[in-house]
Amino acid sequence: MTLVRHHGGGVILFTFIVALILTVMPLPELGRYLRPDWAGLVLIYWCLALPDRVGVISGWLLGLAVDLLTGALLGQHALSLAFVAYLTLKFHQRVRLFPISQQALTVLVLLMLHQLLALWISRMIGRPGAPWFFWAPSLLGMLIWPLVYAALRSLRRGFRVV
Amino acid sequence: MFAALSAALMVMDHKYKSLESLRAGLSVVIYPIQLLVEVPDTVTEWLSESLTSRRHLQEENESLRTKIFMQNAQMQKLAALEAENIRLRELLDSSFEVGEKVIIAELLSVNLDPYKHQIVINKGQLDGVYAGQPLLDAEGVMGQIVHAGPYTSTAVLITDTAHAIPVQVNRNGLRSIALGSGTINRLDLPYIPNSADIQPGDLLITSGLGGQFPPGYPVAVVSAVQHDPGRTFSQVVATPLAQLNRSREVLLVWPGETTILEPAELAPLEETADTDSATSESDAAAADSVAPATEETGAAATP
Repeated sequence: MTLVRHHGGGVILFTFIVALILTVMPLPELGRYLRPDWAGLVLIYWCLALPDRVGVISGWLLGLAVDLLTGALLGQHALSLAFVAYLTLKFHQRVRLFPISQQALTVLVLLMLHQLLALWISRMIGRPGAPWFFWAPSLLGMLIWPLVYAALRSLRRGFRVV
Repeated sequence: MFAALSAALMVMDHKYKSLESLRAGLSVVIYPIQLLVEVPDTVTEWLSESLTSRRHLQEENESLRTKIFMQNAQMQKLAALEAENIRLRELLDSSFEVGEKVIIAELLSVNLDPYKHQIVINKGQLDGVYAGQPLLDAEGVMGQIVHAGPYTSTAVLITDTAHAIPVQVNRNGLRSIALGSGTINRLDLPYIPNSADIQPGDLLITSGLGGQFPPGYPVAVVSAVQHDPGRTFSQVVATPLAQLNRSREVLLVWPGETTILEPAELAPLEETADTDSATSESDAAAADSVAPATEETGAAATP
């Protein structure tokens, strides 16, 4: 089984970079509050698809990049994305078999956990609480999950990333 | 293990400044991403610049010429006022520096956390930028640098909920602190006593106390004052003068050593608020020939 070597790491890196770009892409005022968590979505996909390649470490590094890009507390997204990656790895065999709508619900839970951690941390350092639409990005993430899933799967099959 | 590592990182980042160099180093790694995000903006800007018609450029040239002419005229007056001000300051035995070193920086078009008011600019440590440096635009104070990387820096705006700026009322020298409200067009002044002389329309300028911001730059205009006899402090709300969500160009200021108030000037400030305003009023009285133009000097000092 060691004969099948990994390849296509560049594709994974590319999708992560695109996710990071989308994370800081300038949007109009309303869009800023509704921006889905691209980094989280892409990370969840790769953890589901290639759990032996993308995992907690990738999640942590990706989160660190998000922290640096968005000016958050260093380590905040690193912690929560590593946590999301860990949970996804834990359940990947089950979630993979879910129909897409149930997968989307799982993604919603994962993304909300991610946001909840972020909220806890920001409350801990004394920033004010969040309004109700703070959770909108997770809901939007759930709604676009089928699209993200289809796009990344065709990318993965097209480039035969294993 | 990663949880512990992240927790350690967060605590260190929050409590100590030791991670600044790490953050600065790592920010080089993400600089290409910021540049990539910038590409569509740069292209459209370049296109619109190279495709504008000759007539449009001529018109713009004309209007800019008029503007320079007007500003030069105002500058003539400013020079005289500045000389007078320095002379009067000498009489009062206090120092005052007008010209500070400034450079122009441009905003990178990246969006950060929508719940924090932060911006990224295209100047960094290599240009001499340091954490804590004040940031202005053509109209007033915008904020200060929080993280300075080698090529880019992050700045926090005065309206961020974690930001406070020492201000004084330009009319009578009443000092207070303006806190960010988390809303882009509002500052709160929660520590103004009910008896204080402040009214809507008052210009708030930096007081220079705290040593972070140079004194005398316009910050905001008071938009509403609410006296509630049941409370110790009146509720004062101000609107920032800087175009916090519209400016593309910002000014970075290097305040000189002289801008920090000297002990001679600080001494009377230790006393009660009444004597405070009295001293600054005598200040204003001494300069009464300048009084009608003080607002002008404040505004003209910014460009």
